[in-house]
Amino acid sequence: MSDVVVARSLDEARGALADHPDATVLAGGTDLMVEINRGLRRPSHVVGVAQVPELRLWSVADDRVTVGGGVTYTEMMTTPLADAAPALAQAARTVGSPPIRNAGTLGGNLGTASPAGDTLPVLAALNAQIVVVGPDGERRMALDDFVVGVKRTSLRPGELIVRAEMDRPTGRQEFLKIGPRNAMVISMAGLALVADHDARAVRCALGAVAAGIPRARDAEAWVAERIDWDNGAGVDDAVAAEFGQRVAAASAPIDDHRSTAAYRRHAIAVLATRALKRAFAQGGSSDA
Amino acid sequence: MTSEAVNTAAGGSTATGTGTDTIVDAGTRGVGADVGRPDGVPKVQGRFAFSSDLWADDFLWGHTLRSPHASALIRGIDIGPAVAMAGVYAVLLADDVPGCLTYGLEHGDQPALADGQVRYVGEPVALVAADHPDIARRAAEAIVVDYEVSEPVTDAEAAPTAAPIHPDGNVFREIAIRHGDLDVAGEVVVEGVYEVGMQDQAFMGPESGMALPDEDGSVELFVSTQWLHVDREQIAACLGIDEEKVRLTLAGVGGAFGAREDLSLQVHLCLLALHTGKPVKMVYSRDESFLGHVHRHPAKMWYRHHADRNGHLVKVEARIVLDGGAYASTSSAVIANASCFAAGPYKVPAAHITGLAARTNNPPCGAMRGFGAVQTCFGHESQMDKLAAALNMDPVELRLLNAIGPGDRLVTGQLITGTFPTAEVIRQCAYAPEPEIPLSDDRRDLPGGSGRTTDAADTVRGTGFAVGFKNLMFSEGYDDYSSAACRVSDGVATITCACAEVGQGFVTLAQQIARTELGVDEVILAPAQTATIGSAGSSSASRQTWMSGGAVQAACREVRAQILADVAAEWGVSPDGLVLRDGLVVSLDGQQEALLAQVTAGTGYEADVEYHHAPTEALDENGQGNAHVSFACAAHRATVDVDPDLGLVRVRDITTAQDVGRILNPTQAVGQIEGGIAQGLGLALMEEIVLDDGIVRNASFTDYVIPTTLDMPDVTIAAFVEEPEPGAPYGAKGIGEPPTISSSAAIAAAVRAATGQALPRIPIRPADIALG
Ligand SMILES: Cc1cc2nc3c(=O)[nH]c(=O)nc-3n(C[C@H](O)[C@H](O)[C@H](O)COP(=O)(O)OP(=O)(O)OC[C@H]3O[C@@H](n4cnc5c(N)ncnc54)[C@H](O)[C@@H]3O)c2cc1C
Repeated sequence: MSDVVVARSLDEARGALADHPDATVLAGGTDLMVEINRGLRRPSHVVGVAQVPELRLWSVADDRVTVGGGVTYTEMMTTPLADAAPALAQAARTVGSPPIRNAGTLGGNLGTASPAGDTLPVLAALNAQIVVVGPDGERRMALDDFVVGVKRTSLRPGELIVRAEMDRPTGRQEFLKIGPRNAMVISMAGLALVADHDARAVRCALGAVAAGIPRARDAEAWVAERIDWDNGAGVDDAVAAEFGQRVAAASAPIDDHRSTAAYRRHAIAVLATRALKRAFAQGGSSDA
Repeated sequence: MTSEAVNTAAGGSTATGTGTDTIVDAGTRGVGADVGRPDGVPKVQGRFAFSSDLWADDFLWGHTLRSPHASALIRGIDIGPAVAMAGVYAVLLADDVPGCLTYGLEHGDQPALADGQVRYVGEPVALVAADHPDIARRAAEAIVVDYEVSEPVTDAEAAPTAAPIHPDGNVFREIAIRHGDLDVAGEVVVEGVYEVGMQDQAFMGPESGMALPDEDGSVELFVSTQWLHVDREQIAACLGIDEEKVRLTLAGVGGAFGAREDLSLQVHLCLLALHTGKPVKMVYSRDESFLGHVHRHPAKMWYRHHADRNGHLVKVEARIVLDGGAYASTSSAVIANASCFAAGPYKVPAAHITGLAARTNNPPCGAMRGFGAVQTCFGHESQMDKLAAALNMDPVELRLLNAIGPGDRLVTGQLITGTFPTAEVIRQCAYAPEPEIPLSDDRRDLPGGSGRTTDAADTVRGTGFAVGFKNLMFSEGYDDYSSAACRVSDGVATITCACAEVGQGFVTLAQQIARTELGVDEVILAPAQTATIGSAGSSSASRQTWMSGGAVQAACREVRAQILADVAAEWGVSPDGLVLRDGLVVSLDGQQEALLAQVTAGTGYEADVEYHHAPTEALDENGQGNAHVSFACAAHRATVDVDPDLGLVRVRDITTAQDVGRILNPTQAVGQIEGGIAQGLGLALMEEIVLDDGIVRNASFTDYVIPTTLDMPDVTIAAFVEEPEPGAPYGAKGIGEPPTISSSAAIAAAVRAATGQALPRIPIRPADIALG
C-alpha cells in the first residue's frame, strides 16, 4: 500500500519530495487513479498537491498569462482567465465531463504528457515555458523540451510542475479537437492556432498526431507572409487550404484502434484550414 | 420527447382486438397507469444495492486468470508462486471442477476453466481466492502458464474450412430458407454487401456476485443474471451436485441487454466457496467485463432484391454470415432469427436465404437486444432504399406497398395470425410532422460537439427512414414458460416470481397487474430466487411482460377465484356476481360488501401457476414452419447533420412509432424506446469492439464509446400503435427490442441521404465518410 503525504504548501510538497524523490505526485487523480485502479502503477510514496495554494495561482499581465500547475479545467474555462487565454479555455471545455474538469489540472495534463493531452497544443502554440522546481532549484523549459516522447517528460526525480507561463498575443485563438463522439472523448486529432498581430505571426501546434506535440513551423512561416496584417482582410480560401496541407505535413500520425493515420492527416488539414479562417474572419466568431 | 406526445400516446387508441382481456380499473396504480418504479428513487439516490455491493462476514475475494492468447495449447501450469502467497486460500484449475467441465445455453461446449487449450483472449484459465482483492489479482498474475501459441482463426467466412478449433467443429449452425418459386426474377434487381461491427451491451454494472457455502455441501449464490433457473441448472452440472443444492437469489442488476444470459462468474464463485468453505465475492473490472461476456455478432451480409416495375417485391436472396466467436452461446438461435427476419416486415413471395454462424477464435458472441434482427435490418433496409432509388420511387411508399400484416406469410411460411400493424407504424412515423430543427450557432449542437470542429456552413442535413421487426419469446419449439405464485393474506398480496429485473420494469408491472386483478393497493414482490418458485425464463426476447406478466396475472386470477368462491358460498350468491375492488369484496348489485383484509385474515389464499405461450414448431429443412409466437415492429425516422469533410455526424432527431399491442405503463414504455434508440445510435455511429488477431483493442469506456447526452437527440414518439395482441395478457406486446432494431438503419440512411455515399457498414466511422 502507498504511503501518502498531503502537502498544504509548496514548501511541504518540496520537502516531501526531497524525502522521497521517487514519490509520485497526485493532483486531481483523473489520470493517476485510473492507472492505479487498473493495476498499471503501484507507487510506494504519494505526495498529494491538490491543496497546495501556490499551485492554484494564475495571473494575467498585458503580454503574459501564468497558470499554476494545480489550476483545474473548470478554472481555465472561467473569466477572466478564459478571456486572457481563450484557446486554453476552449481546450479545457473539451476535456472529459464536468466532474473531470473540476478535478483535472494543467499540471496533471503536463505530467501525463500524452500526445492527446488537450492543453498541450495550446501551450505549444502560446510558446509556453514550463516552470518546475526540485532538489536543484527551479528550471524552465519550452514544451518541446518538457515532453520528450509518448507519455515521457524530462521531469527529474523529486521535481514538481509549478506553473506554465505563456504568451498573450493580440489576435484570435482557436482550439479544435476530433473524437469519435460529440463530447467526452480522447482526441483523435487536435489543433491549436493563435494569431499574433504584433509579431505578425501565426502559431499552430498539433495533438494526437505524433509522438510529441509538433509545431507546424514551416506552415506558420509560409502563411505569415500571405496574411494581410495591415488591413485585416480575411484569409483567401486557397491560402487556407494550402495552409491546411502544409500543417498536415508537420503531423506524423499512426494507425491505431482509435483511427487511421490517413484520416488523422486529412483531419489536421481540415482543422488547420478552418482554424485559420476563423482566426482571421472579419467580424465576430462564434465562441461556443 | 414532448409531453403532448406522451399524453396523446397514453390516452391513445382503445382496445379493439378480440379475445383479449379488458383492463380492470384499479384506480391510478393498476395496469395502464403511470406508476413509478419501486427501485427508481433508491437507484438515483445511490441507495440501491447492486450485486457489487454484497458483503458477508469473513469473505474472500475471487479473481480469474484469463488467456492472453486467442489460440494456444496449455503445456503446463505452475500455481506454486500463487499458492505460496500469504492471504491466498485457493488456486483452482480445470481439474478442480468436480462435475461436467463444460456449460452452455444451447450446446455445452464452453469449459468453466480452460482444459489444455484456450480458444479466445480472455478465456478463464485459473481461479484464485484471497483475503484481499489485490492479493487475489497478484496471485493470479503469479501463476505461470506455459502456452504453445498458434495462429488464430479470425475470419468467420473462412472458419468452416479451417482446421477445427473445437471438437464440435467450426460451424455452429447453417440454415437455409427456401420459400416460394425460387426461379422467378424481378424486373428490377438490386444487390449489396453490408457489414455490422461487433457491439457490446456496455451495461454499467460489471459482472459481480457472492457465493456462500453451506456445511451440507450446498451453496447459495447471489448474482446479477437474466435467468436464475438456467444458471442453476448449468452451475449444478459443473459442480456435480443436485440442483436443489444450488440456491440462487437475484442480486441488484446493473443492466443486462443480453450480456448476462450466459454464465460468467457463477460457476467460479461456487467452486471457490465450496473449496474454501468461506463466502467468496467477485467483481469484474471494466476491462475484464469486456472479456467476460458475449457480444453482438458481427455480420457480413450479401443481398439481392427483386421487384416488379411497380415496386412489388418478387424475391429476396440473402447470405448472412455471423461470427460466433469461440463458443456456441446462443449463436444457433441468433442465426435463425437473423435468417427468418432477413427480408424485413414485407410480403415476399419468394425467398432464398442462407445463414451461417461460425466458430472463430474471436470473443464469443451471443445475445444482445435485437438478437440477430438488428444486423439483418441494416441489410434489408439498406436494400429497400437502394431498390426505391432504382425504381425512382419514394422509399416510404415502397415500404408501404410491401408492408406485411395479419393474413400474410413470412418467408418461413408462417401465417401471421396476431396483430402486426406494419403499415400503420410506417405511416405514423414517416408522416409525422418533420421536427423543426434550425441549424444552431452553438457549435456544441453541431457535428463534433464540444470539439468546436464544425460551423453550420460546414454541414449537410439528411433524413433517413427504416422499419424492422422481430419475434417475441423463444422460438422453434422452445417452451419458455414462466412461473409465479400469488398469496393474499390480511388484504395484502405477495407475488413471487423468479423473473430477473434487469432494468426493464417488471417489478413495477408485477405490482400493477396484482392491483388490477385483486383490487388491492399493497402488493409485495418477493425476491427473485430459485428455492421456492419455478423458472420464469429469461429476461430477454422481449418476453417478460407477456410471460411473467401472464404468470402473475394467472396466479392472481386463481386466488381471486378462490376468494370469490368462499365469499359467494358464505353469502349464498353466485361468484359471478362478485368482484374485488378497492380492498373490498363487492357484489355487483351493490347489496353486499366485505373487507378483503377480513376475508383473508389469518389463513390466506394462494396459488402457484405455470404460464405457457402457444406452442411453436421447429423449422424444416427448407426453413419453413410456425416457429415464432408473435411479432412486433417499429419504425424510425432520423434527421442528421453531417460534416462531410471531417466525417462527423450529429443526430438531431429520431421520430418513432412502435407496435406495442397495449401500453401498460407509459413512462416505462418511453424509457425502453429512448434507451433502445440510444443503443441503436451507438451501433450506427460509434460502438464497436475493435479486434486485432482476436485481441480486443478497446476494452474500456475510454475507447469503447457509447452515446453521451451530446450525442443523443430528442426522441419524438409519433405514436404507440395500440392494437391489442390476442393471447397476450392485456394485449401487450414486448417493447424492449424493437427500438434498437431499426434505429441504426435509419441513422445510416440519413447519413447516406446527407452525403450521397454508399456507406455499407455500421458503425459509420469518420474516415468512412471523410475518405470514403
Ligand atoms: C473520464 C476521463 C476523461 C478524460 N478526458 C480527457 C480529455 O478529454 N482530454 C485530456 O487531455 N485528458 C483527459 N483525461 C485525462 C486527465 O483528466 C487529464 O490529463 C488531467 O489533466 C490530469 O490531471 P490530474 O490533476 O487529474 O492529474 P493526476 O492524475 O493527479 O496526475 C497525472 C500525472 O501527472 C503527474 N502530476 C500531476 N501534477 C503534477 C505536478 N504538479 N508536478 C509534477 N507531476 C504532476 C502525476 O504524478 C501523474 O503522473 C480524462 C480522464 C478521465 C478519467
